Amino acid sequence: MEKKRYERPHIVKLDSGMPGKFGMRNDSPPTTHIDGVAVTELVEKYGSPLFVISEHTIRSTYRKAYKAFSTRYPKVQFAWSYKTNYLPAVCNVFHQEGSWAEVVSGFEYDKALANGVDPGKIIFNGPGKTASELMKAAENGSLIHIDHLDELYLLTDLAGEMKRKPLVAIRVNMDTGIYPMWDRFGFNYENGQAWDALNKIMLSGKLELVGLHTHIGTFILGANAYGVAASKLADLALGLQQKFNHTIRYIDMGGGFASKNTLKGSYLPGADTNPTFDDYAEAITTALVNSGFKPESLPLLILETGRALIDEAGYIITSVLANKRLSTGRRATIIDAGVNLLFTAFWYQHPVTPAQGFSQYREENTIYGPLCMNIDCVRESINLPLLNKGDKLVIHYTGAYNLTQWMQFITLRPNVVIIDPDGTAHLIRQNESNDSVSSLEKTPDYLIGIK
Amino acid sequence: MKINENLAISESGFLFNPSTGESFTVNPIGAEIIELMKEGKTEAEISEKIIKSYEVDIKTLQKDLHDFSEILRHHQLLDQYEETKN
Repeated sequence: MEKKRYERPHIVKLDSGMPGKFGMRNDSPPTTHIDGVAVTELVEKYGSPLFVISEHTIRSTYRKAYKAFSTRYPKVQFAWSYKTNYLPAVCNVFHQEGSWAEVVSGFEYDKALANGVDPGKIIFNGPGKTASELMKAAENGSLIHIDHLDELYLLTDLAGEMKRKPLVAIRVNMDTGIYPMWDRFGFNYENGQAWDALNKIMLSGKLELVGLHTHIGTFILGANAYGVAASKLADLALGLQQKFNHTIRYIDMGGGFASKNTLKGSYLPGADTNPTFDDYAEAITTALVNSGFKPESLPLLILETGRALIDEAGYIITSVLANKRLSTGRRATIIDAGVNLLFTAFWYQHPVTPAQGFSQYREENTIYGPLCMNIDCVRESINLPLLNKGDKLVIHYTGAYNLTQWMQFITLRPNVVIIDPDGTAHLIRQNESNDSVSSLEKTPDYLIGIK
Repeated sequence: MKINENLAISESGFLFNPSTGESFTVNPIGAEIIELMKEGKTEAEISEKIIKSYEVDIKTLQKDLHDFSEILRHHQLLDQYEETKN
């Protein structure tokens, strides 16, 4: 007699309270394949946990974003935000699609050069650029976005030693009606700091002002804030024309667009409620087109969005290590991917789906990672099928920031693969080993050996 | 460990406890185990029966059976008198 498929015995009490207004379906259709490649096959070949990047999703998301802007505005340029995900394979997909590079450190700047990006298409942001980094970027003709007066003075001094005039923009912070207002980067619009910096640049004659930049925040759920920001930058640009007869080449609206992830505390899934690229594009382009630029002299519109372009392309495949009961009777599941790999679990409710079919029975779970740290919680509350040790799960929307903010903490970091549009997986970052980690460590002679 | 004999359980896994008025849903294997408990089968007998009909190893089953009985106790579905004797 053929044996039946086993499932844990399960009982759940029925609550007959009022139905929730925000009641959602709580089943989880299994994710057995990613871009046509079986999850089981990926785990067999590359191990668990495993980061998986979908090239198809990157390209289709980028094209959707580009279309949203380019159908509303004549000159649009995206610049890939390296800090969001700077694996060379990922960056080069964006560069192949036409993105410039947006970097925020000398390390990232060199990565962009190594990827073959034309230095003139690298935007150098950030508050921590060193003198040598500024020199290098300026000599290469990269676009330097000045963050503070000390940097402005330093670059003005360095300009005297250079063969070419540094190409610069200033970063402007402003009140766009949202909270929190990011005023730690750049020069303030409302109190006149921005004009002060622009006057200094124009009057020094040593720097070539080519653009204006802002970046109003992160995961911005109100697209209209971008309209306010675009109007304020347009006001500065038009003021420069009037005061100095100087035309800037571009307005850089930065990033901060929300992905489909769901912020903790949200009632409804982000995929259903967060603004779309069209919402952001409509707010920004309408503000620019209506701002007073002559139609033939509209500045290039640069966008540095990172998260919204890559989050949906990232997955983590993980295995169930154990399941247990907490003291309250609540089910807890321990998986082999923790917050060391999934930094964004601190603020998102990442969707988690099983990688194999199950019956219709579900139970409420807390998902913990494998780290011996109380903070290692991947989902506080999620309905999942009756999982057994060894079952596979897929964590969704993990493409942004996790592969740059992940930590070699307690355990080693795993393999990363990209699935090409033909459905072939390629290893794009090797898993760490004890040797790769300890090769950087030094032990003084007198501390070698235990006696 | 003895299940409360007054429990009513349907084929579809709907379970009603007349002593408290509470209702539960049970998955098919859970319902099968409760029926076996109602018949007075011991844990060893239940394990033997389940192992014969399902694809499961003894260690996993023992762990899950223990967990299941803990949850039955949590929901006060075990015989109170028998429980106090233990």
